[in-house]
Amino acid sequence: MASSTLLIALIGLTAFAYFLGRQRAIVGVVAAKKGTRPFHSLPGYYGGYVALWCVLPALALFAIWHAVEPVVLRAAVVDALPADMQQLSEGRLGLVFNDVRNLVEGGVQLGEPDPTIAAAAERYSEVRQTSRRLLAGTVLVLGVATLGWAVRRVRPDFRARNRVEKSIEYLFVAASTVAILTTIGIFVSVLFEALRFFQQVSPFEFLFGLNWSPQTAIREDQVGSSGAFGAIPLFTGTLLISGIAMAVAAPVGLMSAIYLSEYASRRVRAWVKPLLELLAGIPTVVYGYFAALTVGPFLRGLGDSLGFEVASESALGAGLVMGIMIIPFVSSLSDDVINAVPQALRDGSYGLGATQSETIRQVILPAALPGIVGALLLAVSRAIGETMIVVMAAGLAANLTANPFEAVTTVTVQIVTLLVGDQEFDSAKTLAAFALGLVLFLVTLALNVIALRVVRHYREQYD
Amino acid sequence: MSQPSSTPAADAADAAASAAPPADQQAQAGYRTVGDYRAEKPVMRARNVDVFYGENHAIQSVSLDIGLNEVIALIGPSGCGKSTFLRCLNRMNDTIESARVTGDITLYDEDIYAKQMDVVMLRARVGMVFQKPNPFPKSVYDNVAYGPRIHGLARDRAELDKIVQTSLERAGLWSEVKDRLEEPGTGLSGGQQQRLCIARTIAVSPEVILMDEPCSALDPIATARIEDLIDELKRQYAIVIVTHSMQQAARVSQRTAYFHLGKLIEVGDTDEIFTNPRHKLTEDYITGRFG
Ligand SMILES: Nc1ncnc2c1ncn2[C@@H]1O[C@H](COP(=O)(O)OP(=O)(O)OP(=O)(O)O)[C@@H](O)[C@H]1O
Ligand SMILES: [Mg+2]
Repeated sequence: MASSTLLIALIGLTAFAYFLGRQRAIVGVVAAKKGTRPFHSLPGYYGGYVALWCVLPALALFAIWHAVEPVVLRAAVVDALPADMQQLSEGRLGLVFNDVRNLVEGGVQLGEPDPTIAAAAERYSEVRQTSRRLLAGTVLVLGVATLGWAVRRVRPDFRARNRVEKSIEYLFVAASTVAILTTIGIFVSVLFEALRFFQQVSPFEFLFGLNWSPQTAIREDQVGSSGAFGAIPLFTGTLLISGIAMAVAAPVGLMSAIYLSEYASRRVRAWVKPLLELLAGIPTVVYGYFAALTVGPFLRGLGDSLGFEVASESALGAGLVMGIMIIPFVSSLSDDVINAVPQALRDGSYGLGATQSETIRQVILPAALPGIVGALLLAVSRAIGETMIVVMAAGLAANLTANPFEAVTTVTVQIVTLLVGDQEFDSAKTLAAFALGLVLFLVTLALNVIALRVVRHYREQYD
Repeated sequence: MSQPSSTPAADAADAAASAAPPADQQAQAGYRTVGDYRAEKPVMRARNVDVFYGENHAIQSVSLDIGLNEVIALIGPSGCGKSTFLRCLNRMNDTIESARVTGDITLYDEDIYAKQMDVVMLRARVGMVFQKPNPFPKSVYDNVAYGPRIHGLARDRAELDKIVQTSLERAGLWSEVKDRLEEPGTGLSGGQQQRLCIARTIAVSPEVILMDEPCSALDPIATARIEDLIDELKRQYAIVIVTHSMQQAARVSQRTAYFHLGKLIEVGDTDEIFTNPRHKLTEDYITGRFG
């Protein structure tokens, strides 16, 4: 039986369990009118309780089975191989196993399969079929068994409501655990790859080196095979572009937030706010070619007429367009926090004869500051992480410069270029992407920590 | 202005001659206020004031004087328009989009709804204390200094210090906060916060102080302190207080106005109103048969 069929059957069984539990309680309630004890919870809770008991153990078994099955299959396949092949190294054996699996799954094959592989594949599918049958049987039996056990517990004094409440709590815990574990998992894998990189290139050179040209040889005899992995040009490029972007987005976003929340009438607000938020919905690739094809040449022309040397791919162009893109991140969030400032504070200020702009500057903005800082930091991390616009508009040249009219490159752009194309998985060039990723991760983490601290500081002060 | 008389003396003479308002004034609203709505030394005069929130007619043809050196209490069941009327007096209703005010309100014979009226200056002259203490998220000092700063009332820091100190002293808060002027005002207790708000209001030397249920969030001790303060402030200001407590109205006010569903039903000396109400609705309310 295929896994999907099994799961559908399990859902059916669960629905049945729900109705059974509920029905038992309803019948019990009707009986209670004739003098027996009343039920502790509403019938739906008994249904929920029985359904949960029916489905959760079965699902757990299903998951464990699927985790263990590959190991068993592999052992079975290796067993079926001729003795000389069993002596192969772990890595070789893995390749053989992959071949076998490809054969079974109908993956890409080159020519007639090797007879030993074919035999092993035969064995593989045999074992797997048995395993699946066994799984279907045990899962359904387990479901029915736990169902039966739970149904028997449906009695008047059984507190189904509290039990269901508890299991819902576990559900939420499980959900947040998934999120946390995923983050930790990503971090750890990035960390390990980065450590491998640092075995080839010293962290000192990476963090403080001024030269970035990550060409490594694919063949031994290739020319120019030694790479330089000094990431400082990338950091300064990222800083420069994010700085330009924030210089655009922070004032414009903040002022539009103030206009929207304090000055605009309700009708204007209903129109303008969604329009502004639309900016965030435009795909970044569209911004990218806007920056590369419109803003870049425009800046270049402007520079020419003013006597500046502006590269057609410049940090300025990319930064400006990125700033426009992140305006809604600043304005929308700031608008929300400004709106959340209690009307009582505004009234208090107006009641003392303050004008609107005095009220905004001296009362509303200070009160909304934690939220505004949060919005700005969010925008910063968005700017740091943005890739597409920079790829298209700021170029790939890792220049170490603070001149916004020159081409620069950023951390994320380099990650992309490092991983595009054919790569060896353990070359320094590929691993450098992980080191850069680690740096990005740590910087964003630091930004978040700072944001939280700022927010908490003000909350203590003003609550 | 529908009342031609402007000097306090003439008004007092008027009051003696006829206790009831001219009948035509309230003909439209279909009711007559019982008692004399005029004050001996009027600072503010409201005549035939109507307020609409969209379609909702929240105040109907109300005429009332606010007198110098006296406290007038506005009482009445919830939703009858006390706050709305109060907010007309310093044009706080301007901040509500749907609100529309008609009628005449004057501050020392100056029409406060006239075009040339500077609303910002009006609010400095007619100060307001709100129901919930609403200190700014600033230090105690900056809270009190806020008004003087924006109005440029102090020439230097020493003068500002002086204003802050006297305001806090008059609000009866100085001794409690003199060592924590730099701490946030929001860190004070509720009663202290409310006195801070009062200090903030008197720091700009208003002529009238409007208080909207200033004690509703406070315990009896803090309430007593604020009532003492009101008594003290009345020597210099004209004070309007909205309250839900009859006892408080009786304790602090000299005149009382009873509102009911947007109408000013009865107004008169507090002693009179509480011992001898003339209107049935007033009597029901103060004897606890209503609201
Ligand atoms: N901002 C507003 N928008 C629309 N209607 C309002 C607004 N404020 C008050 N109203 C309406 O005006 C009427 C009078 O309200 P107001 O707040 O003046 O009553 P109140 O006498 O102060 O009541 P309370 O004693 O409960 O404070 C009520 O019907 C209320 O619903
Ligand atoms: Mg009110």
